[in-house]
Amino acid sequence: MSIRLENISKTFGQFQALSPLSLNIDEGEMIGLLGPSGSGKTTLLRIIAGLEGADSGRIQFGERDVTNLHVRDRHVGFVFQNYALFRHMTVADNVAFGLEVMDAKQRPNKTEIQRRVKHLLEMVQLGHLANRYPSQLSGGQKQRIALARALATKPDVLLLDEPFGALDAKVRKELRRWLRSLHDEIGFTSVFVTHDQEEALELSDRVVVMSNGHIEQVDEPAQLYAQPNSRFVFDFLGNVNVFDGKLEQSRLNNEQAWITAPSSDVPLSNGQLYIRSHELALHNQATSVANLPLKVVAVNPIGPEVRVELEPYEWQSEQIWEADLSHAEYDRNPVKRGEIVFAEPKNAYFFREGCQQAPEQVSWDKAPQTAHVK
Amino acid sequence: MASGQRHQQRVGDSPAVKYTLIGVTLVMTAVLLVVPLISIFQQAFVDGLAVYWDSLGDPDTLHAIGLTLFVALLTVPINLVFGVLLAWSVTRFEFPGRKLLMTLMDIPFAVSPVVAGLLYLLLYGNNGWIGAWLFEHDLQLMFAWPGIVMVTVFVTCPFVARELIPLMQQQGREDEEAAVILGASGWQLFRRVTLPNIKWALLYGVILTNARAVGEFGAVSVVSGNIRGETNTLPLHIQLLYEDYQATAAFASASLLAVIALITLIFKAFIEWRQERAQKAEATH
Repeated sequence: MSIRLENISKTFGQFQALSPLSLNIDEGEMIGLLGPSGSGKTTLLRIIAGLEGADSGRIQFGERDVTNLHVRDRHVGFVFQNYALFRHMTVADNVAFGLEVMDAKQRPNKTEIQRRVKHLLEMVQLGHLANRYPSQLSGGQKQRIALARALATKPDVLLLDEPFGALDAKVRKELRRWLRSLHDEIGFTSVFVTHDQEEALELSDRVVVMSNGHIEQVDEPAQLYAQPNSRFVFDFLGNVNVFDGKLEQSRLNNEQAWITAPSSDVPLSNGQLYIRSHELALHNQATSVANLPLKVVAVNPIGPEVRVELEPYEWQSEQIWEADLSHAEYDRNPVKRGEIVFAEPKNAYFFREGCQQAPEQVSWDKAPQTAHVK
Repeated sequence: MASGQRHQQRVGDSPAVKYTLIGVTLVMTAVLLVVPLISIFQQAFVDGLAVYWDSLGDPDTLHAIGLTLFVALLTVPINLVFGVLLAWSVTRFEFPGRKLLMTLMDIPFAVSPVVAGLLYLLLYGNNGWIGAWLFEHDLQLMFAWPGIVMVTVFVTCPFVARELIPLMQQQGREDEEAAVILGASGWQLFRRVTLPNIKWALLYGVILTNARAVGEFGAVSVVSGNIRGETNTLPLHIQLLYEDYQATAAFASASLLAVIALITLIFKAFIEWRQERAQKAEATH
């Protein structure tokens, strides 16, 4: 079922949790609400569920206006961050709960309920745990039971609040994949909240990035990564190095360091270059593209890439820089902790000073760099 | 190993201190708690079992026992409902005066029961401003069983809420939200989710309420009027007997209260054990 949010806003006392925002979610879509804590993502989810009332705006499920509909009648499935399984009931009773509290008219008979519960438990691959109590389950098992319980009443919309937040890395990955395949199989519309960008990008059809009660950007994961439209989205998607430069002699300067104007036809001005960590090469001396001296603080060769942490040397940056090198690249020039190295950007995004617009993509890769240095 | 042993010993744990403290504690417990308790039974049976049964069989004593149980029987359900309502409202809703309400709730603990009794007497007595109106309509609350129930309810009203509030705060409202999303009505929510979650704490509160309701003396003595065979509860009756130099009869009745107290303790220990077990199961996830 599609979900339509129009001008939803919410304040808690003095705190503006959500500025008026609108969002359309298509039937069968899986949407990730991504943002730091306090960005309003959980509030938005709870408003969709009906656990909180919006101060203004309208909510539609399909053709149905549910703005003033009580939670009980909205017919959504909700998975809580801490699962909220009923501790005094067995797993089977937990899953059956939604069926057993139905009006006598709609309620399936006992054997039908038993059959449905059995089916749901098999679907989450935990049929053998039917008679256990929640306290006897692992985190991943609880998560799956919570999901089975939410799906028991066949909701059209499934809402998940930080569904994998409390799980360890391995289980989290497994469950993520499993949830996605379940979603594709059954075809409900899902909205989940997360602060983990990797999770959002991997799992969602579209990602809604939120900050301070606004929607920053709504896009498909690949698009979001390729064209982040604000500094916030950039920062939040992670692993980005920022070079804050003043334009002088057609170069961006920051104390001793400088980067030449890129080869693309972007007129430069003062501003910030956002360079992803895998878009950096490290050399032993300055190149014609850039003079970016950095001191190696740490080298981490674990994983598919070698991650080098770098500290600006004789210039300023708010954060430590990071370069991700391939093992082959690293083997050619194995930098060591304490060495001074020179970074050279390949591609970057340029945010003009005092400009709120989306950044421009710039590159030093193609044309000969000397053409622009004069 | 020596270092291992030293490790187990905490600061100030010299054996001399340890045994002195334990010794003093044991002696004080014996003198203050155990000996008086034993002496109640000793005094009650001093003239033999027959006299003991005789003094309990006295019509006034039987009436006092009946009245005490009757008062407890009314007080406990009233405070059960009131305590659940109170705990529910202060833990589930935000409203102006919530903090104040939580403080006010403790008044019965802070105020001397005699003062509570006097307040009720002033308000509901025939000269009090509510009592005068009631008197005109032929309703007598003070110096009758309704007054005794009223002050007993007052004195015991914090017990249930006090037990429930910390538990309900700790459990949060997620379980309840989950139940409502799954379609539970208000009553289904309470009966199937909330009540099972709080049942042990609730029972604990009920037992404390009951113990206090049975044993209350101060407030009741102000409003009862001490009419033998009519408005005398067991604690008041014991005092009357004692003042009449019927020590054995007084102690026989007292032994009943002591037995109730012991049963309460056993219940309390059992419930604490259950609660602890439930929390342990909770903690192992």
